[in-house]
Amino acid sequence: MTNMAAACSTIDPWLAHRATVDRMTAETPGVATYDLVFADTEIAGRYSFLPGQFNMLYLPGVGEIAISISGDPAESSRLPHTIRVAGNVTRELARLGEGGSLGLRGPFGSSWPLDDCRKKDIILVAGGIGLAPLRPAIYGLLHDRDQFGQLTLLYGSRTPAGLLYTQEYDHWRSQGLDVQTTVDRVTDGWNGNVGVVTTLLERLVLPQPENTALFTCGPEVMMWYTIQSARECGIPERNLFVSLERNMNCAVGLCGHCQFGPEFICKDGPVFRYDRVASILKVHDL
Amino acid sequence: MDCGTEVRRTEFLPTDQLSTLIATLRADGFRTIGPTIDQGAIIYDEIESADELPRGWTDRQEAGKYRLEKRDDDAYFGYVVGPHSWKRFLFPPSAVVATADRGDAGWDLRTPDHEPPRYAFLGVRACEIAAMKVQDRVFLEGPYVDPIYKKRRDAAFIVAVNCTQAASTCFCTSMQTGPRCKGGFDLALTEIDGGFIIESGSAAGDDVLQRLPTAPADETAFARAESARQQAVDQITKTMDAEGLRDLLLQNLDHPRWDEVATRCLSCTNCTMVCPTCFCSSVSEVSDLTGDHVERHRQWDSCFNIDFSYMNGGVVRNGIRSRYRQWLTHKLASWHDQFDTSGCVGCGRCITWCPVEIDLTEEVAAIRRSPGDPSRPAADTESKP
Ligand SMILES: Cc1cc2nc3c(=O)[nH]c(=O)nc-3n(C[C@H](O)[C@H](O)[C@H](O)COP(=O)(O)OP(=O)(O)OC[C@H]3O[C@@H](n4cnc5c(N)ncnc54)[C@H](O)[C@@H]3O)c2cc1C
Ligand code: SF4
Repeated sequence: MTNMAAACSTIDPWLAHRATVDRMTAETPGVATYDLVFADTEIAGRYSFLPGQFNMLYLPGVGEIAISISGDPAESSRLPHTIRVAGNVTRELARLGEGGSLGLRGPFGSSWPLDDCRKKDIILVAGGIGLAPLRPAIYGLLHDRDQFGQLTLLYGSRTPAGLLYTQEYDHWRSQGLDVQTTVDRVTDGWNGNVGVVTTLLERLVLPQPENTALFTCGPEVMMWYTIQSARECGIPERNLFVSLERNMNCAVGLCGHCQFGPEFICKDGPVFRYDRVASILKVHDL
Repeated sequence: MDCGTEVRRTEFLPTDQLSTLIATLRADGFRTIGPTIDQGAIIYDEIESADELPRGWTDRQEAGKYRLEKRDDDAYFGYVVGPHSWKRFLFPPSAVVATADRGDAGWDLRTPDHEPPRYAFLGVRACEIAAMKVQDRVFLEGPYVDPIYKKRRDAAFIVAVNCTQAASTCFCTSMQTGPRCKGGFDLALTEIDGGFIIESGSAAGDDVLQRLPTAPADETAFARAESARQQAVDQITKTMDAEGLRDLLLQNLDHPRWDEVATRCLSCTNCTMVCPTCFCSSVSEVSDLTGDHVERHRQWDSCFNIDFSYMNGGVVRNGIRSRYRQWLTHKLASWHDQFDTSGCVGCGRCITWCPVEIDLTEEVAAIRRSPGDPSRPAADTESKP
């Protein structure tokens, strides 16, 4: 979980940079991927991010929102963000269209600890839009495929139509990632798994649980059950990582909104080692 | 402002020369801010001369009560802290953090680069210096620096005042922040008969002090200042046991007292607005009619506002129980994890300005009287969801 923040202290954290929607790709109903590029090539050249980090996307007059970077960290000239229309800003963003101008500040937050997990078997567990912040980790793992053991993606969605990035699964499989999907509700033409994503985890054969790491992102309830099954499978707590979400306003630990017990999700997270947040995850309405 | 704790020079400033201090600071280009009376309370605002200070007035404070009364003397600083804190000048209640202007090639995005006013604060109490040091940790000492706070803080000149009396709501001695100013000031005054003992605590303070018409301070003056300061210590009756407080609160996140206080708390946000260390804020978009010129306004916000924890079409802290708990446990417990200090300086403002007389020291004491079993933190007894 490298923190890039230290390097940023001399920069005004409120300064957003002009970016343009270079390409907009419809993904699933209500979800699209926006490839953003900086208008200023010098800023583009300086920019780099780690898997799991997020940007603040700004539509002047409308608002600013936290969105994870869903692209390949090795290619930071074009920054894909996979966004679900949820309300004001995301709706305006969807209307903006290709060529539209917006502001971007980032990257912020901690990242999936790929370097610390070399030689381990890795399980990624995602729910819904939660696959977006994990996709950079997938690219990273597959770039260095020989550095890792068995790689598995367990991905759950409410419906088959809600599964993200389906056109990439075959390619990921061919590169050595076991992709398994499941849905809550079956629609015509689905003959895959049905049920919550934890059932996939329970069925998985772990050759070496103590040397396995698990990264999860999705609804908090889903992550909670995932963690419980992972512990039952014998994966040590120090190898479990969750990506948490709270209201986010400044993204740099100055506005107070994203506090979760002692943690600021924006600068201490969003990716946390589970044992760091285990006790506070159990408290209601914290 | 320099945070040296050493007193470099001590003199005696006659009462009628307080105006000279203010005039000197103004001549040096400072905007002088000090206590003054407005709508029945002592607040902080720009003052141009000593005449605008609440001379001869004092404040009476209790939980939920604040009243100004005439003193039977002419003291300039015979009161404690009111609803304002210096926070409003260093971390303004509303500030433009960024602007956006629509141009042919898209949005032109900027952050303000103008220099803010250079403030001289007159009458800063020990607990208030402590509060600035707490906010320094929040805004200056983390991975990101708040540019608005930094510029104002760097330029500020601090004239402290040692308290010579205390209110029933003061508990700085429990939080070890006062009542004596022990650094973090440029000049510090102790008011005695006929004038002030004036100490300098920085090079900038020395520079101003040597231009003032002071006299050497004699032994009698020192003794009087000492007993005046002791009077404040003697008047402090409120206490909060800070020993192990962080662990106590974090082990009692499901204590029944949170339910009880939730029946009284109105979630009005007063406590957070008067608190000199609370730093929560929200940014809102302010556009002109064309929508082509936008300012991003950062305003004070409060963890007591329901929208504060809005997420995914709902709110995380829906009940007052969880919002009061957030405020108190942040201030007194998780602040230690985040900033290596308590967030409370013992100024008592939240007690005075709470409309329903909630006193955080009593809330803490109630939990301390009947804590949950620390070997089984409450958090571990619940299962989610
Ligand atoms: C670290 C992080 C990463 C995220 N990554 C993604 C992602 O990759 N893809 C994606 O689709 N969504 C992501 N989200 C959620 C996304 O930020 C919200 O869906 C978005 O803020 C909703 O804005 P809105 O104006 O469309 O919705 P509205 O419901 O109209 O929200 C109103 C306003 O609430 C404020 N707000 C602040 N934080 C949140 C929050 N967490 N959820 C909702 N509103 C919030 C925003 O200012 C927002 O404009 C992420 C959130 C966080 C904290
Ligand atoms: S504690 Fe008092 S001042 Fe604070 S929100 Fe509750 S009612 Fe308002």
